[in-house]
Amino acid sequence: MRMQLHEPAGPLLSGRDLRVAFGGTEALRGVNIDIHAGEIVAVMGPSGSGKSTLLHVLAGVLKPDTGSVTYNKVEITALNEAARSALRLSDFGFVFQFGQLLPDLTAIDNVTIPLMLSGVKRRDALRQAATWLDRLGLNGHGDKLPGELSGGQAQRVAIARALVTAPQVVFADEPTGSLDSLAAENVMVTLTELARATGTTVVIITHDPRTASYADREVIVRDGRITAGQSAEALRL
Amino acid sequence: MDNTQTLLGLLGTGPSYGYDLKHGYDRFFGAEKPLAFGQVYATLARLLRDGLIDLLGEQPGGGPDRKRYEITELGRARVATWMFTPDAPEPLLQRNLFAKTVIALLLGDDAGRLLDGQRAEHMKRLRELTAAKRGADLIKVLVCDHAMFHIEADLRWIDLTSARLTELRAQVAGA
Ligand SMILES: Nc1ncnc2c1ncn2[C@@H]1O[C@H](COP(=O)(O)OP(=O)(O)OP(=O)(O)O)[C@@H](O)[C@H]1O
Ligand SMILES: [Mg+2]
Repeated sequence: MRMQLHEPAGPLLSGRDLRVAFGGTEALRGVNIDIHAGEIVAVMGPSGSGKSTLLHVLAGVLKPDTGSVTYNKVEITALNEAARSALRLSDFGFVFQFGQLLPDLTAIDNVTIPLMLSGVKRRDALRQAATWLDRLGLNGHGDKLPGELSGGQAQRVAIARALVTAPQVVFADEPTGSLDSLAAENVMVTLTELARATGTTVVIITHDPRTASYADREVIVRDGRITAGQSAEALRL
Repeated sequence: MDNTQTLLGLLGTGPSYGYDLKHGYDRFFGAEKPLAFGQVYATLARLLRDGLIDLLGEQPGGGPDRKRYEITELGRARVATWMFTPDAPEPLLQRNLFAKTVIALLLGDDAGRLLDGQRAEHMKRLRELTAAKRGADLIKVLVCDHAMFHIEADLRWIDLTSARLTELRAQVAGA
């Protein structure tokens, strides 16, 4: 264990007493979670237990009924929608299970979207997007439409799109859900190696233990609560 | 699976004769291979010697079946330690884990917690294997993969059992 020369940094992202109900369904029933900078955390648990809801709350997509989310010392649950949306664009990247690439745009144009939304000029955006497609082993696939890519390739385009803005945190919901073992492994190796190289924090929902084993630790969500998981023991700090 | 701990755990549900204990064991764990009487009495003798159970008086007439046994506080502590200490992930773990789960339900203890503990242990091993694969040659990768598939099989069983604890509790109680 390394000696702390400075005041401990504290978590990058933390949720306190998070509660969300959809009508009569209590999706989150008092969740507390701390995620440190550079950590890769897997979120596991049965179907319908509240994993996606938790991810949306942590990423500022969904406002909880009660409780707070603090990111980088800013309480994002106190921000209005415009401010949260700006924060998501500048600091967060998203990878989802399917249907996430715009079908009428080429792979490379899909990757440029978050850059263009941040006001990057198209020519610069294309150059950066091409670099990321290369890093993800998609050399030569940039001009294909999503329908012309394999599932694993499309997933890697989505990862390129999530990473192209150099986000602080990547949120991924079942990113390997539709892939076979080998393709899933390639996606996870790519995602975690890039994240570790850049110090990016990753929160990844998965029901697959093998996918989760690329993370530093896992938390288990059951019935809207975090029931188990390793604490900071496995931190790579 | 650890027959000694399992028998001790069964005694945790209340005092019992060796004969009844054997049948209690067979009901849950003896489907493939019933426990031999000799093994039950040898185990009870050892537990008695170690202070984990007590003799509750002897009926007249002699013979091993006249003896009634009761678990001691030390014995209860031993059962709890066994239940809540995750096992090292290895093939054929499942029977011991099943025994722990059933005993926890019989004793009204937190079976979900012991399954969560075991899951964490398995995930830790899976992370180690994933880390070992990084940069390794294909032979090593395939050896790691083989171990990983076994751990994944255990994890699936743990998940399924976690999801069915309420149902299992009812069955065990009604057995
Ligand atoms: N927009 C919504 N409207 C109504 N109910 C919802 C909504 N979103 C989620 N729920 C409910 O909240 C609960 C948690 O849903 P959530 O999507 O977070 O589960 P999950 O753990 O991600 O499941 P899965 O593994 O199947 O994706 C479920 O009972 C679900 O039906
Ligand atoms: Mg979900």
